[in-house]
Amino acid sequence: MSIIALVGNPNSGKTTLFNALTGSNQHIGNWPGVTVEKKEGKFKHKEKQYSVIDLPGTYSLGAYSEDELVARNFILSGASDVVINVVDATNIERNLYLTTQLLEMGVKVVVALNMMDEAKQKNIEIDVCALSKSLGIPVVATIASKNKGLEDLIEKAVEYASSGEQPRIDISYGEEIDREIDRVKGFLDSSKSDHPKWLAIKLLEGDEEIYKLVEKKFKLPEDLLASIKEKTPDYELEIVDKRYAFVGNIVSLAVKKPAREVETITDKLDKIVTHKYFGIPIFAIIMFIIFQLTFVIGQDLLGGYVAGFVEFIGENLVKLLELINSPEWLQSFVSEGIFGGIGTVFEFIPLIVVLYFFIGILEDTGYMARAAYVMDGLMRAIGLHGKTFISMIVGFGCNVPGIMATRTLDNKKDRMIALLINPFMSCGARLPIYLVFIAAFFPNNGALVLFLLYAFGIVMALIMGKIFSKVLFKEESSHFIMELPPYRLPIFKYVIRSMWDKVWDFLYRAGSIIFVVVALLWVLSVLPFGVEPYSQESILGRIGTILAPIFAPAGFGTWQATVSLFAGIAAKEAVVAILGMVYAGVSEGTELVLALQDVFTPLTAVSFLVMTLLYTPCAAVLGTVKRETNSVKWTIFMALYTFVLGWIVAVLIYQVGRLLGF
Amino acid sequence: MGDVYLSTLKPNEYGRIKGIDSGCKANKRLYELGLYKNALVKVVKNDFGPVILNLSGNKLALGRGLASKVLVEPYFFERN
Ligand SMILES: Nc1nc2c(ncn2[C@@H]2O[C@H](COP(=O)(O)OP(=O)(O)OP(=O)(O)O)[C@@H](O)[C@H]2O)c(=O)[nH]1
Ligand SMILES: [Mg+2]
Repeated sequence: MSIIALVGNPNSGKTTLFNALTGSNQHIGNWPGVTVEKKEGKFKHKEKQYSVIDLPGTYSLGAYSEDELVARNFILSGASDVVINVVDATNIERNLYLTTQLLEMGVKVVVALNMMDEAKQKNIEIDVCALSKSLGIPVVATIASKNKGLEDLIEKAVEYASSGEQPRIDISYGEEIDREIDRVKGFLDSSKSDHPKWLAIKLLEGDEEIYKLVEKKFKLPEDLLASIKEKTPDYELEIVDKRYAFVGNIVSLAVKKPAREVETITDKLDKIVTHKYFGIPIFAIIMFIIFQLTFVIGQDLLGGYVAGFVEFIGENLVKLLELINSPEWLQSFVSEGIFGGIGTVFEFIPLIVVLYFFIGILEDTGYMARAAYVMDGLMRAIGLHGKTFISMIVGFGCNVPGIMATRTLDNKKDRMIALLINPFMSCGARLPIYLVFIAAFFPNNGALVLFLLYAFGIVMALIMGKIFSKVLFKEESSHFIMELPPYRLPIFKYVIRSMWDKVWDFLYRAGSIIFVVVALLWVLSVLPFGVEPYSQESILGRIGTILAPIFAPAGFGTWQATVSLFAGIAAKEAVVAILGMVYAGVSEGTELVLALQDVFTPLTAVSFLVMTLLYTPCAAVLGTVKRETNSVKWTIFMALYTFVLGWIVAVLIYQVGRLLGF
Repeated sequence: MGDVYLSTLKPNEYGRIKGIDSGCKANKRLYELGLYKNALVKVVKNDFGPVILNLSGNKLALGRGLASKVLVEPYFFERN
């Protein structure tokens, strides 16, 4: 099976193309650095199967950050039969810079000249034939977001992959450097490497990774390596310059663009959104509006239906079980465990979905890069990198992709801090906890309380970021460099699709991890035989009672709250599910809200909410931390420091609140 | 006309990149992002926080520290 790799600058439309080709539903967003992992998909063309690999975006083959390294390593591995180089037609010089590097490597490249709609809008005229001729490879104009040109692209790519043609490109770097390249290449030739010329150029360009690789794999003479090291400072920029000159030549022949750009809608919007004083308040207002709309649409408009539906099914299923004389334990498990527990979480699905919908829209418009921009000043003041903020917003959906998004930070220190503070970004799975408590104690100020919780998470993240950058990592933060892509209208189809994806994801979790946790704790709460189910005498009750004193200073030292918090470390939804299960017997039906009003006060509700916001992230997040840091130590640190921090803040809130008379 | 640092240009002023001196790694990164020698840039915003540039129609935000290490030659379009 032939393998096609998608390579290109960040935000050029690779994932859009990938989804269109394979029917997948990978994350698309209008900011550079959305994709940080390699993803594989398949499609059929003329009865034959092809495998497509979507890669993170990269500006060059000299990798700076983790995500770029993924792309480069894949290309270097030589696993692909042909590379589709997705080129943003509105920014052709810089995009072709990467193309020349790919060609120098000797990989087979087909250019997808994407975003042709925007190029046209900007009055950029591109002679596709001339471009193809001067690069010596097929070039196909595409509009990936509208499925235009894809057939042709695939046709050309497949044809080119199976043809015997080899790409040829010859950039002259000036007499001296060319001679040097030849000399190094001579040594590499005799060691039978795959891309001798490219390796030689990379060595002279001062690429450290390649240097290490060559040092390890090929036995080059010491003095050669030394002379390379000595020369690179002079050569590297010269090489980049010559490459650009080469590209410039091609572009001047094939591309006509207006000499001076006109002010676009993007420019006008940016004047407001990135304003010196209004920038941060605008971000806050946008978030607040999102929460307000989430409540109006998710709860008032849709919430009732879903809750009614869940209750209807629950009641009737229990009746049915009674009718067929099923064992009593099964009836109890279904009514309290499944419907009292998991069902309660379900009732909040509409709100979660609506919130995702708005975050999805936010991601597609291009605002994310602006948010990072306006926050950079504040972030820098506390020793963080502005891009950290993007990983934080992504964390609002789920901390797993949030932590993955830190890959785009090219400095180790920036990345570790961004990773460590990400769990304070309130994820979707914690939302049901907030919502159930809001319904019980703050029904009239829902959006405000929710907004404050999220904002509090951000503030805690910033405070901890400051502490970490002072105490743990002392290096300088790296410079802020970020493209601000043009604003784009969200593509409705994709927003809806990714929303559905979230719903399925939730259903999947409800049927797997959450179900397992609930089932396990249900068993513990009805054993030993003969005890009152969900009572303090049950095994679960006894375990909870032993641990509960930990939380007494925070005001919620009940065994029920305690076990729900610990269950939440498996999956955050389990907190509400377990509370729903153990309190299901307390009041009528599945009304967890009423039960909470009996055992919590508004003050303990707040301290409990803050605890759930800050304490140990779920198992999936810890797993991701382990994978990304490759360190058990950091993983344990993450689990513990968040717990301790959550506890301290919850205790402070409760004690101070009590003194103030709440 | 002498070369000046990018960070001193005002909004709507143009400059041609002449050189960057920011420590080796960032240098090359900037080149590869399109701030190569003789590239024409327009400053879009320069008041607080990173400087926003327009590089042949594409916007790039550049930390203030970096922008003050990029040398440019001020460039003026002829009036027409
Ligand atoms: N107008 C227009 N927009 C496009 C086109 N192709 C993609 N887009 C939009 O460009 C943005 C970036 O698309 P992605 O597919 O996420 O880009 P990517 O190359 O995967 O980006 P990274 O993963 O960050 O490297 C999204 O907002 C897309 O909707 C196109 O042909 N025309
Ligand atoms: Mg992508």
